[in-house]
Formats: sequence, structure tokens, C-alpha cells
Amino acid sequence: MFHVKHFDVVVIGGGHAGAEAAAASARMGARTALVSMRKDRIGVMSCNPAIGGLGKGHLVREVDALDGIMGLAADSAGIQFRLLNRRKGPAVQGPRTQADRKLYREAVQALLSRQSGLEIIEGEVVDLIEGPGGRVEGVELLDGTRLSAGAVVLTAGTFLNGIIHIGDQRKSGGREGDVASIRLGQRLGTLGLARGRLKTGTPPRLDGRTIEWDALETQPGDEEPVMLSFRNRQPLVRQVSCGITHTNERTHDIVRANLGRSAMYGGHIEGVGPRYCPSIEDKVVRFADKTGHQIFLEPEGLDDDTVYPNGISTSLPAEVQFDYVRSIKGLERVQILQPGYAIEYDFFDPSALRPTLESTLSGLFFAGQINGTTGYEEAAAQGLVAGANAAAAVLGRDPLLFSRTESYIGVMLDDLISRGVTEPYRMFTSRAEYRLHLRADNADQRLTPKGVASGLVGPERAQVYAEKMDRLSAGRAMLSSRTWGPQDLLAAGVAVSRDGARRNLLQVLAGADVTWDHICRLEPQAASIDADTRSQVWRDALYAQYLHRQDAEADTLLRNEHVLIPTDLEFPGLPGLSNELAAKLERRRPANLAEAERIEGMTPAALLLILAHCRKSVQSRAAAR
Amino acid sequence: MGDTIFALASARGKAGVAVFRISGPLAHQAVGRLCSVPEARRAVVRRLVWQGDVLDEALVLVFDAGASFTGEASAELQVHGSLAVVTAVARTLGEMPGLRMAEAGEFTRRALENGRLDLAQVEGLADLIEAETEAQRRQAMRVLSGAIGRRAQVWRQRLIRAGALIEATIDFADEDVPVDVTPEVLALIDGLTADLQREIAGTTAAERVRDGFEVAILGAPNIGKSTLLNALAGREAAITSEFAGTTRDVIEVRMDLAGLAVTILDTAGLRDTDDRVEQMGVARAMERAQAAELRVFLLTYPDEVLMLTPQSGDIVVLGKADLNPNTPGAISGLTGQGVESLVSRIAERLGTMAASAGAMTRERHRLAMLRAFEALESARSQIEKPGGAAELVAADLRQAMRALDMLVGRLDVENLLDEIFSSFCIGK
Repeated sequence: MFHVKHFDVVVIGGGHAGAEAAAASARMGARTALVSMRKDRIGVMSCNPAIGGLGKGHLVREVDALDGIMGLAADSAGIQFRLLNRRKGPAVQGPRTQADRKLYREAVQALLSRQSGLEIIEGEVVDLIEGPGGRVEGVELLDGTRLSAGAVVLTAGTFLNGIIHIGDQRKSGGREGDVASIRLGQRLGTLGLARGRLKTGTPPRLDGRTIEWDALETQPGDEEPVMLSFRNRQPLVRQVSCGITHTNERTHDIVRANLGRSAMYGGHIEGVGPRYCPSIEDKVVRFADKTGHQIFLEPEGLDDDTVYPNGISTSLPAEVQFDYVRSIKGLERVQILQPGYAIEYDFFDPSALRPTLESTLSGLFFAGQINGTTGYEEAAAQGLVAGANAAAAVLGRDPLLFSRTESYIGVMLDDLISRGVTEPYRMFTSRAEYRLHLRADNADQRLTPKGVASGLVGPERAQVYAEKMDRLSAGRAMLSSRTWGPQDLLAAGVAVSRDGARRNLLQVLAGADVTWDHICRLEPQAASIDADTRSQVWRDALYAQYLHRQDAEADTLLRNEHVLIPTDLEFPGLPGLSNELAAKLERRRPANLAEAERIEGMTPAALLLILAHCRKSVQSRAAAR
Repeated sequence: MGDTIFALASARGKAGVAVFRISGPLAHQAVGRLCSVPEARRAVVRRLVWQGDVLDEALVLVFDAGASFTGEASAELQVHGSLAVVTAVARTLGEMPGLRMAEAGEFTRRALENGRLDLAQVEGLADLIEAETEAQRRQAMRVLSGAIGRRAQVWRQRLIRAGALIEATIDFADEDVPVDVTPEVLALIDGLTADLQREIAGTTAAERVRDGFEVAILGAPNIGKSTLLNALAGREAAITSEFAGTTRDVIEVRMDLAGLAVTILDTAGLRDTDDRVEQMGVARAMERAQAAELRVFLLTYPDEVLMLTPQSGDIVVLGKADLNPNTPGAISGLTGQGVESLVSRIAERLGTMAASAGAMTRERHRLAMLRAFEALESARSQIEKPGGAAELVAADLRQAMRALDMLVGRLDVENLLDEIFSSFCIGK
């Protein structure tokens, strides 16, 4: 008889989804195990060495607002911080950093090891243990050890039936240098979940010592760096610059001449790749009239000479990669440390997931790339949702749900569940219809209270947040307590129209070219407000007018999201519902009315019927108590 | 709950009285802007005056929150059923800030949410709401198959392009995308606002002919469609406008049928043909017939399969009863056999549909275009402002897209991303 260990939650996988899921579950107070094939590979960045960006930086801030680890790890490892869209409004500014791979990995491992209630187990999961009624109740490892658990979170990334392609060579693998999870992949294949296949690509890794940096343009970090975590104020390690170069006609000629040898163009790959991350082959074919494509040369670490050339991912044979890379300015004598490759992997149709990321198999949660997403940040955010909800389920607490009106996390979950994916899903700010409200700077205001209430946010962060909010409320109260007419405002040098309308200082602050000096002229006490509070008050005031317009719409959506559809409501046979619609509803099993509304062909009458049935079942349940 | 909604609640077409229902926090105030507000639950006659013009003499009723159909503060205006009055009242209500036209089923939903209805009552109302949705859909289709429809396609393209350009500068700031997209975006906005302005000014006149129900007569060539049309027209003296037969192949006869304003469409016989002109006639017949509220199929023999299949609710009868006088249920425009019962069947069918949908849908479209116009103007002023913010331009463009979605089809981020990825080489 093999050894059995008991946990509340078992997390399979130690990538960005797995690390965040394990940490979240443990923060909730669940006894948690993280199982990874190799302990030392936990927190590895397998693609580009950067965290954050537009939409992605927003996700990191949201994870951070819920006391997650990604922002903290990124700040510890950040070697070049840039706030993207710095010259645009705060709603579309996204923090980003180049991250030292080793430091990042170490930071994640350190944060996990400090987390109480979390045990890290090295091993390969080969089987799921199913209990009565098909409920997942644990996992079995290759050595026969069984880990029992109330819930299991699967974050297998690209390891499920992963195949790596370089030219016409292919091999099984989860990432260069790591084995794929074949047995677990086969086991999951027997569960009857709908699967698809996706691909993603990587560029060749270059030896930085062989790059002619002097011949290249460089991109330094921001002079006033903005951190990923709300908890940090400045970079923790030495900062470096990235290089910039371009492909040229000769590069394109080499790629074109060898297209037939590319795994993607040679017909070796069936999976669908992302449109926003095209390989160099794709770029040359689809944008044939462009004579050059930009490449960022990103250092992978402070004591690491590896350079990640962002913009030339490929699945051409190694020798062709060598030729085209050397045709590029500054890279004429470069050495390739590891050729680029494309990787194909399985994902599960996310439209079958619940908003908690629980799958159709009770007790089994999915997070990360196996749900058809791409990116560390998307994975981490899902990991947090799945880990927190797995813990909530085991501990008998309310699920932690996210709305489109409140967070990018909510946008992503809803997109995945109500639309499914046709290409690897990546976050963009344009996916958020309430973008002006869902800002990176106010992620804590949007989410920390919810995290505190659910037990996901620890006391330390809750305290810091409460203090910050006290300062903010006091600042807002001061600025909104009095109003001024146009005459007074013009006298203070504020450009307003003589419309007779009286404005408070929050409204004044939203005007163009208004500085804190103007405000202090009108309200001398405002000088006592600290710099952080000032800028936060300003950002909140800036969009107030626009936000007001969206309120009614957001209210409707929120109301519909709050009408939960009972899982046992049988759509076929509901009087007044067409067979076609009933079949669609049965297939999609929307979790709430908002999801139901987005089903194609849904009519107002049908929605009303569903609503009436939801209310009826709530009432009859209440009566039964 | 927030906003206050209104709708025309009376069902039949050309009735003596039309009832507007208003529900929400501003319901009583809205009445107050037209006349003095009566005591709750007391019907009084009031003259409705808006900006110095008398709209109508109406019966006015208000209900307090907690004591109305929806459970919210609400009001009813019973006005004269003429198209001019209905349109004027709808327009006036639509222009009041805080008020908007209700979506199909919205009154019922509010009543349900406020605990004023039970499941059985909702089920009873579902058919009506479905009919209203369907009527709106058909009306929209009719508009879209016309000249506005072709323009709306152009609007759609322009909205996508403008939205994509702005979003590309926001979401792909680090990529190879054009930095200054404003000249192209401004040109697109100019084109859209000019079009919308023209449409908004012209809607009432241009679409008047389209009011009322459309009933299409369909069948194989020579089955007696035109004879039936003549018989219908002959029986009902109230022909208000005659056809357009010389240039068009669908003949329209407008008549008052059992109190409903109906336009009968006589279409080209449905058959496969090599004749180019006839093919166009058949295609046009199918298009118009699909957009009509009701189709009457005249069959040559019971199991005849035509190029268009009847939808549920359509009327299917055998034609040329004069040649086979003993076939039960058959009709003949020549002898008049069965025409009487056909008329009552048509009237019965149309009576169940929420009627003034036509006038109201047009008003809905006008308001939509108005809202889109305003959003685009706001986008333009934001672009022209020094230091104007891209995210605010994008917000305005989204608002314009949402306002127009009933005319140009729903647009979402995927449409914009498609345009972005096919125009620019994104991807590091």
C-alpha cells in the first residue's frame, strides 16, 4: 500500500497559474499542496522575459490587489520598468517590466516557501482520483503516492501532449528542456471534455556577448519607474536598457526562400496560432510590402548573457535561423544559444467552465494555458481565481465571482466562458467595455475590499489599503466640500467657461491644464495632501463625467450577472422556449442571466422566462427551508 | 433601476386611442412637463403641451410606486390614435432627458423584478413580447433591405475602421502602428455625421409609405395573385395609395383592412427561370416577402413546394377555386369564394402583433441615429481638443456603435481586432 497524504486543495503545475493558485488557496486558509515535476522549475518564464503591458499590467495589478504574488515577484526581478502609454490617460496606461529570469523564479519560489499552509511536492501527476459520482478527490503520482483533496486545480500549461517543432523535426516536450505530461494528458482524454489544439512560437535565444550593441539604438527604462505591485515604490535591482534593431530585405529573402522548411508552412502543425504574435514567417508572407520589422533585444538577466529577440519567433530549421539572424544589423556575428521553436499543445474548451473555473467535473478546476489563453499574466489571474475558489468550495465559503464591470479578471473569465476561444486568448484593454473605470491605478480600490471580505487578502495588505483609503477619502472630502463659481475660478487662473455653473474642486481638477497650484489657491489646506493621494484623486476625477454615462449600462449588466441560473434548471420543456434556444441553453449552461443574454438568438421573451424560473426556484427553496 | 422608460402600450394598428405607458422614477415628472399632474389613479382629460405646441388632448393617469403594473411610479397617456399624434408624443418623450424608449419586454421585466407578476403571468405575456420583438426585427429588416440598409453597411465599415485605428494606437502603442491616425479618423467621422444628419432630417418623410403592416401574396405564376389583390382592393374601398408598378415589380396596394393599415404586396410568380429580368423580380419578391409581417401562399395543388417555405403563422390556401369549386378552403379572387374568410384570417393574425411597431420602430431608429450623431460629435471635439485623450475618443466611438447596432448590426471588440490585425503587422 502506497502512502496517502491529505490536503484541502492540490494544485498541479508550478507555472504562473499554478504558483498563483497554490498561494491563493493557502491564503484562504486551505491546506494546499503544489505538485510540480521539478521544484527548481517553479516560476520559470518560458517565453519572453517580461511581465505586464497593456491589459496585462492591469491583470497583474488586480492579482496584486488580491494579495497575489506576481506583482511582488516581477518587482523583485524588474530590470527595466516602463509605463506603456505614459502620454495617454491613466485608464490605458499599463505598467511593464523586463524581468531577470533567475531573479523572478527565485522570487516566486521564495514567496511560496514563505506561505504558510502550503507544501511543495516534487513529482509527476499521472492520474486523477475520482470519488463517488465522478467527483475529483485527489491525484496519484508516478511513484504511486496518492494525495487526497477536496478539490484539484490543474494548470498544465503547454505540457499536455506538447510537441515542439523546429523545421521538420518534432519532439515531445512541455517546454524546451522539460518533458511533456503524456500520461496525465491521456488520462484527461478519457474524461470526455471537449479539446482543441493551439500553438505558440518562440524566437532563437542569442548570446549577448556576440551582439554589436554600439551599433544599435537602445531603449532605457522610465526615469520615474512605476512598479507592478502596489506595495513597492522603486526598483530593487540594477536597471538595464533593451536594444532595438530591424529585419531587412535580405532577412525576408532568406525566410521566403525557406518557407517550405518551416514547421508552420510545411504543414507539420495543425494548431492555431495567435494573430497578434505572428512568427517571422507570417510577417514576411502576410505583410510582404513591409521592408523591415522591429526587434527588441531583451536581456534575460543581470548575470545572464542570453538575449531574447522579441519579434522574430519562428519554426524554421536551426541553420536557417542562423542565416536570417545574422542578416540583421548588430547581429552579424551573433551566436544562437538555443534555436527558436513552435510548440503545439492541447487546451480544453473554456466555454464549459463555471465562473469559478471549476470544470464540468465536480472538484476539478482549470487555470492558465489549458483554458486556451496565452501569457503569464492571464495565467496568473486565472490561477488566483481557481485557487481561491477551490479553497472556498472545500471550506464551504461563498464562491469568489468577478464581474466585467469591475475587473479585467471578470472580462477575461466572461470572454472565455461565453465565447470560447478560436486562437490563444490574450488580454487587450479594448476588450474591457468599462475601460475608463478598470484602471491599473485603482485595481486595489476595485478589488481589495472584496479580497478582504473573502479571506483572500491578508491582514498586512488590508491594513496598508485601509490607510491609503483613509487618506483618499479625506482628500476627496476636502475637495468636494465647497463649490466655486466661474468668476472665482477664473480669478484663480482656472480656464472655465462662464456658464454660471458652480464646481467643486474634484470637478475643477478634471479640467485640462489644471495644476495643484490652482487647487491650493482656492483651498489652501489642499497643500497638506500628499503626492500619491493627489495623483490618485486626479485620476479618479478625470473620467467622472464619462463614467457617469456608463453607469446605467453597467448596472443592467451587473443586475443580470447577479441573477444566478440554478444548475438544475432544465431548459428543454420550459413553456414558451423554442426547442432551438432550449438546446443552446442546455449546451452552454449559462451560470447567470448576463451569460444567457449573450447566447446567439436569445430573445427578450426567453430571457424573461428564464428570469421568472430563477425567481421561482429561489422562492421555492426559501419556502422549503 | 435607474432610468425611466416609455412605450406605446396599445396593440392594434389604426385604433381610435393610443396608450403610452411611462415607468420609472421620472414618470410623474415627465407628465408634469406636458400638463399638470393629476391625482394618482384618477383619469383626467389634459391638454398636452410641449414647447408651446399642443400635441393632443389626452386622458392622463398616474400611478404611485408600489401601486402600478411595474411596481414603479408610472403614468399613462391615452392619446388619439392618429399616426401624427403617436409620432409627436413618442418624439417628445424620447427627447426628455432621463427617458428612453423601452426595449421589448422591459415593462414586464420590471414588474417581475418588483414582485408584481408570477411565472404564469410571465408565460402569458411571453407570446406578446415575442411578437413585439419579431415586429421590430421585421421593421428593421425592411429598413435594411432599403436604401438606408445599403448606407448602414457603409456606416458599419466606417465605424469599424475608425474604432480600429484608435484602438490600435492604444493597445499596440509599442508596435509598428501609425502614430497619428487623426486625419483618417476625422474623415471617417465626418462622413458618418453627414450621412446621419441627412437621415435624421429625412426619416419621417421618406418612410411614411412604409407605415402599417405588409402582407405579401406569394405563389407560382398565374395562380391568381393579382386577381386576389384586385378582389381585396375592390372589397375595401379605402385604397390610400396605388403601387409603383412601372419601375418596380412588386406592386403595393395600401388599404384599410378590418381597421388595420395594411399594404398588400403582389409579387412576381415564384419559379426558376433563365430570364434575367424575371430572376430579379423573383429575388425581389422573396426579399420583400421575407420582410413582410405575414405571407399568404396561394398553392396550385395541396403539396406544392415553392421556393420560399411558409413560416409559422403564415397563411397557406389553395388558389383558383373557380376551376375546382368543390375544394374545401380554396379561394378565388374571380368569384370571391373564400376571400371573406381570408380577410378575417389576415386581420386575426395581424391583430395579435403589436401594431404601431412601424411608427415606433422608426422613432426608435431616429433616436438611435441622433444618439450616434451626438457621440460622434463628442468624439470629434475630443480629437480636435489639444491633448485630447484617445481613450475618450474610443469611448465615444463605442457609444456610437452601440447606438446604431439595430441598424448596422452588433459590433464588438472582435470586429475591431480583425481590422487591426489585417491592417497592421502587430506582434513582437
